[in-house]
Amino acid sequence: MTNAAVHVEGQQQLLHTHVHEALAPAATHAKGQQHPIKLYLVVWAWLFVLSTCSYLVDFFGIHGHLRWSLILLFMVLKAGLIVAVFMHMAWERLALAYAILLPPVLVLVFVAIMVFESDYTHFLRVMFFAPTA
Amino acid sequence: MAETALTDTVASTTRPPGLRGIAADWSSDQRAFKNVSWGKAMMWIFLLSDTFIFSCFLLSYMTARMSTTVPWPNPSEVFALTIGDKKIPLILIAIMTFILISSSGTMAMAVNFGYRRDRAKTAALMLATAAFGATFVGMQAFEWTKLIMEGVRPWGNPWGAPQFGSCFFMITGFHGTHVTIGVIFLIAVSRKVWRGDFDVERRGFFTSRRGYYEIVEITGLYWHFVDLVWVFIFAFFYLW
Repeated sequence: MTNAAVHVEGQQQLLHTHVHEALAPAATHAKGQQHPIKLYLVVWAWLFVLSTCSYLVDFFGIHGHLRWSLILLFMVLKAGLIVAVFMHMAWERLALAYAILLPPVLVLVFVAIMVFESDYTHFLRVMFFAPTA
Repeated sequence: MAETALTDTVASTTRPPGLRGIAADWSSDQRAFKNVSWGKAMMWIFLLSDTFIFSCFLLSYMTARMSTTVPWPNPSEVFALTIGDKKIPLILIAIMTFILISSSGTMAMAVNFGYRRDRAKTAALMLATAAFGATFVGMQAFEWTKLIMEGVRPWGNPWGAPQFGSCFFMITGFHGTHVTIGVIFLIAVSRKVWRGDFDVERRGFFTSRRGYYEIVEITGLYWHFVDLVWVFIFAFFYLW
């Protein structure tokens, strides 16, 4: 009973917003992506900071796991900012976002396969093709 | 039929949140991307396929680098420049990165001014983006020349694993080609913006569809993607 009531109420609300939008079409419906310029400038500044950070990783010659994790961290943050804000993915419908963003993540499976493969190749090269004394 | 592209009915704009909404969109037996025009959806799908191409390049580079028994040349030293008396590691690549990021910034603002129908600012910002892009390609040409003079070839180089050259030329060459195409694309669209094609909805030469400022955003998607690919190349090829 209560469920049905909530449902009806929700539909009324939908109807209400629809009517409202229909009455004020031009004002509420600016076409396309509209965001304040400041947002882009802030993201731009962050991209500069992150790029500088990843450059400094090399400049100071950080090595080993710390280097790789820092590089990956800055890379993912930069990529995320570009896709989410500059390419407006943050404001797109989920149906598009998932269709575009999920497949590249699956490339990681390919990465895993090739890691095994190259380890194996490396092993063979060391075992059978290494220059012997 | 640009009119059908931006349908805005209640059925298409309201949906349950999360996965349920995705299922509702995809199973609606009409169009999966409800409020996205065909042009934008197609650009996204093209970019997805391009992602796979660059993924394959970077993967083959990873495989070559992981499986070789010869030490890999140190990119930090290979791409160092001597400015004054100091040898600064990777400085050219850093400058190229900043230039490409700046071009992304101007592009994002161009999209914004496009939707505000500010013709002059949109065209100017797009041309600025194209200028940044051309600078980037110029610096890349300088880098290629320097490396080729130092003896880097697709089959060998003075410092170590011979695959370094082929990976470098393949990956940066393909990316540079993308930047070049982007610059041409930007100049073509900014000319149309400047001429006011999208204010009078002038029909396109090939498609005879009505022009609309959304093409600025679609051009922007391509351009940001070029920047995005550089983020990955910078991390995996130059910094790793």
